[in-house]
Amino acid sequence: MSILVGASTRLVAQGITGREGAFHAARNKAYGTNVVAGVTPGKEGQDVDGIPVFNTVADAVEATQANTAMVFVPPRFAADAIYEAIESGVDLINCITEGIPAHDMLRVYTHLRRGPQALVGPNCPGIISPGIATVGIMPTQVFTPGRVGLVSRSGTLTYQISKELSDMGIGQSTVVGIGGDPVVGSSFIDILTLFEADPDTDLVVMVGEIGGAEEEKAADFIAEHVTTPVVAYIAGFQAPPGKQMGHAGAIITGSSGTAQAKKDALEAHGVRVGTNPTEVAEVVRERLG
Amino acid sequence: MDLYEYQGKQLFATQGIPVPAGEVADTPEAARAAAERIGGKVVVKAQVQVGGRGKAGGIKVAENPDEAEQHARAILGMDIKGHVVHQVWIEAASEIEKEYYASITFDRGAKKPLVMLSAAGGIDIEEVAATRPEELARLHVDPLTGFQPHHGRWLAYHAKIDPVAIRDVVAVLERLYAGFISLDAMLMEINPLILTTDGRVIALDAKVTIDGNSVSRHPEMADFQESGAEDPQERMARERGVTYVKLDGDVGILGNGAGLVMSTLDVVALAGGRPANFLDAGGGSKADDVVTALEVLLSDAKVKALLVNIFGGITRCDEVAEGLLTALERLGATLPIVVRLDGTNEEEGRRIIADRAPANVVVEKTMLSAARRAVELAKEAA
Repeated sequence: MSILVGASTRLVAQGITGREGAFHAARNKAYGTNVVAGVTPGKEGQDVDGIPVFNTVADAVEATQANTAMVFVPPRFAADAIYEAIESGVDLINCITEGIPAHDMLRVYTHLRRGPQALVGPNCPGIISPGIATVGIMPTQVFTPGRVGLVSRSGTLTYQISKELSDMGIGQSTVVGIGGDPVVGSSFIDILTLFEADPDTDLVVMVGEIGGAEEEKAADFIAEHVTTPVVAYIAGFQAPPGKQMGHAGAIITGSSGTAQAKKDALEAHGVRVGTNPTEVAEVVRERLG
Repeated sequence: MDLYEYQGKQLFATQGIPVPAGEVADTPEAARAAAERIGGKVVVKAQVQVGGRGKAGGIKVAENPDEAEQHARAILGMDIKGHVVHQVWIEAASEIEKEYYASITFDRGAKKPLVMLSAAGGIDIEEVAATRPEELARLHVDPLTGFQPHHGRWLAYHAKIDPVAIRDVVAVLERLYAGFISLDAMLMEINPLILTTDGRVIALDAKVTIDGNSVSRHPEMADFQESGAEDPQERMARERGVTYVKLDGDVGILGNGAGLVMSTLDVVALAGGRPANFLDAGGGSKADDVVTALEVLLSDAKVKALLVNIFGGITRCDEVAEGLLTALERLGATLPIVVRLDGTNEEEGRRIIADRAPANVVVEKTMLSAARRAVELAKEAA
């Protein structure tokens, strides 16, 4: 078992004929993901590594029964690509694209939340259920199958912590990158809810960073609704206010969004917060006993 | 991207929001000429992106062009909380009857624009929000249906705006919202929004932040970005497309991925050191990227030691190592450099450094040991 992606995933890759889209769709397929289709307007009839290309997502879904879309479309056209995926009826959309204007995402988010479909991302590395399937750009070799879930706003920190867990012999059920933008489709709470319901996840690692208040909201949610143990990490204690630290969403605004406030909120609800990635893995090992 | 007051006011004017007549000047002589063209009493305002400039002496009223020139001479070059004044804004002085507050914020928590209005303007609005919340009317707007006239009326009545000004204040809110959307703003704030003694409603200040991800669809913003009087290293980094934030320590940091770099700064601080910067070399990190990144880092004279912290995902550590060697050869850097490579092809990468790097480059296996080593070396070099 796993969450979001697994053996039943049928993936359509939007933007499959681009350099990144072609490379990663082929890698996802090589890992074992059932990549059934790609979409690039005007390129129908071609194939990428044996994956058939369609002009529209609707046509791809009709022909292949794809249930998951992965968006690799450049930022200016990404909102349109997500709307197209929503209207095609797929259950899950994973948007990798970085640099989508925030107002575009505000409209996409508001529209999406009125329906039943899920969006993970944008500006994220994707999702992997190790040994089963992966969607996105994660370096698959650092993950191993197991029973620890991980949800993160950062790509490289996800890889770092997953590798440290793997090196200790602790595998992962599913690893989800929710993205580093101010507005993302799925929050920590959304993913924690899925892990809580997953019988094959024994513990969840939550990796946050400065900016916004999603970690604080998650802390309250954990206290009330989550029985699965949670171990956290927060990056950005040294970040100065008002400066964007790489990710569009990683910015302290006035006095809100600091790493300390997030750490305090989590610890107030009994969630252990590691001071560095290695310590996080060590705390996980301790908690698992 | 934060705009200066004068840039915000120019944008307001294009949106139909009333602002006083004004001009920007970067010399006392230009300030005098501007005051002559505007005529009458003017206000000379320091253009810095920091609060409290009035208290610091950065805002002065001038009765005539002579005084405008004198004030500009005093204000230009002034250091206000670490921000040097390079420009002043000269505008027609206004006769103030009332000071209001109006703003629209991109509320990422609520995932909606937040419109705020208060009759208690001209002062720190966070204080009003904390001590007299009932005087600050707040309203979230559905991003798909947008700001409607009834929203404006609700805000004006609940903020207890003077009846004579309601129609004009509502018009300002509507235009502010339209501008907030069309300009891809994260913040648009007017404090104060004034009612003049002759009954007009005018924006006397402008605080505007534009979403950096939207700049490609607003070519007019490129000029605003260029005129920013930012830190020289930050400017260099931006021109070369490197994600860089300057801090005030002496351990230079180069890493890949925003989260990992932030984490590296934290680990350096935990090891007793002070990070000099945030620098994300990004996903590729080939030789040219490493050269560019190192050039930016080494242009900061405070940097005494360098910590290179790479996690190889799609990026391969051996490629990063080769890039680093090429960069060092080209730049001839002699300061101590600690390299930590983890992930894809880490062994090969470490071997390349160990076998072929100059003596000032050392390899550490973990992020923690690398941070400690870099901190020690920076202290020795200081």
